Amino acid sequence: MFRPSSHLINKEIKEKKFKNLLSSITFFLFLPALIIILWLAIKGSPVLSWDFLTQDPINGMTAGGIFPTIVGTFWLVVLSVLVSCPLGVIAAIYLSEYAADNTLTRIIRLAILNLAGVPSIVHALFGLGAFVLFMKMGTSILAASFTLAVMNLPVIITSTLESLKAVPHSYREASWNVGASKLQTIRYIVLPNSIPGILTGVVFSVGRSAGETAAILFTGVAFYLPFLPRSVFDQCMSLSMHLFTISTQVVGVPDAYPYATALVLILLILSVNSIAVILRSYFRTKRKW
Amino acid sequence: MNKKIQIKNLSVNYGGKDVIKNLNIDVYENEVLAIIGPANSGKSTFLRCLNRMIDFNKDARVSGEILLDGQNIYDDEDSTFLRRRVGMVSPLPVGLPMTIKENVTYAPRMAGCKDNAELDAIMEDCLNKAALWDEVKDRLHTLATKLSGGQQQRLTIARALSHHPEILCLDEFSIAIDPVTTMKIEAVLQELKKDITIIMVTNVINQAKRLGDRTAMMLHGEILDLDDNNRLFSGHVKDPRTKDYIEGLFG
Repeated sequence: MFRPSSHLINKEIKEKKFKNLLSSITFFLFLPALIIILWLAIKGSPVLSWDFLTQDPINGMTAGGIFPTIVGTFWLVVLSVLVSCPLGVIAAIYLSEYAADNTLTRIIRLAILNLAGVPSIVHALFGLGAFVLFMKMGTSILAASFTLAVMNLPVIITSTLESLKAVPHSYREASWNVGASKLQTIRYIVLPNSIPGILTGVVFSVGRSAGETAAILFTGVAFYLPFLPRSVFDQCMSLSMHLFTISTQVVGVPDAYPYATALVLILLILSVNSIAVILRSYFRTKRKW
Repeated sequence: MNKKIQIKNLSVNYGGKDVIKNLNIDVYENEVLAIIGPANSGKSTFLRCLNRMIDFNKDARVSGEILLDGQNIYDDEDSTFLRRRVGMVSPLPVGLPMTIKENVTYAPRMAGCKDNAELDAIMEDCLNKAALWDEVKDRLHTLATKLSGGQQQRLTIARALSHHPEILCLDEFSIAIDPVTTMKIEAVLQELKKDITIIMVTNVINQAKRLGDRTAMMLHGEILDLDDNNRLFSGHVKDPRTKDYIEGLFG
């Protein structure tokens, strides 16, 4: 009969230990997220209600709800994605499918990478200079969305580039071989197979915009507004900015308010991100190679 | 015989290395020209020149002339029409990530055909010619990437036939196919020869012997020998290396 040597048994024990180590580390990574959400939920529970989501803030933001901030965040996110998504995807398609591999495109790629590393407060100053003052948009939803869009462009370009590269070159060759043009190949072969990756990049950038505070600080977000924005040239309130305001700038806000606001913000971003995951798995099952 | 393709002084330089050196060949209408030769001889590059896929290799420099029906293929800026006239089957099977039907009708659809009945007819015809129809006729709407390697190779052949090429280039088409299916496709090629011109690169010398009307021996970017099969394979060669290669002494 086969009897495992002590070396083999040792190997097996080591294997198990290592696996346990890895899984426990992974679990600890997950723990902070869980604790944060639970903590916010417990601390914020006294004010959490339907009214909190649908009412205006009152009494100098020390009571009432956060409805206008949700509306403002929605405006900002939707507009910024509408600007950055087409621009980013088109730029990525050009870089991946058309651009020759020369010094110029290498510089462009480097610039995109660097843009991704620029702190958001610097983007805010750029937005202030370029959109608010130079293009005379004033502090408005439009200017703030454009600033967010610029901030998100490198993320979208990079993720789109990666997903375009993931489509095997042989597919493009097969398509060209039968007389399809470059544009047709992109439209019918490359894009359909890189949509999951592109979408993921876009949706994650949505989450990023929703939580962003610094970039919209000078460009379009108000401390407090007694009315909802009526057009893109109005200012608006935003969840992230409101959270900052009521936790540090306003005196006499009940403790539960910032916690509840933070919880709403986090859940909003989480739900957007889960949409990304669901969409991705949907497209993955539809087309697979 | 009618000269379908005339290649004059074709040279390809690939990143400083001469892959094809001053090639001169005529290809006759409705013949099967087989090209044999060891790896790295420029056989595939030669085929890529014929449908200008070489344009996509940024560091390839092509000089010389390729006349198709007397017209230089580089005269037309747009190469998509040329690629419809010159079908290409690559050595590795590529099932595009769409259904089998979409795969075979891809070329006609890209050329603007929207008539479903016509597309269906093209599909059945081409799949039949590629000896694949019987195996897939009940699952035309499944993903082509789910097919086996050999089936995908035949799908590639069906796709190459779907745009009714005048010339069909085959680059080691039987590499992923079992011998029985290979024989089926070879029979189809014999049939197709009546209508189109076939250029095939093959590593199987017997395949060149069976299928070719003429065979060219290529080595290091040059044609060592080009002659009728019955002459070439009975020892009438200009270069002793051809004979050695055919007899399996090198390569």
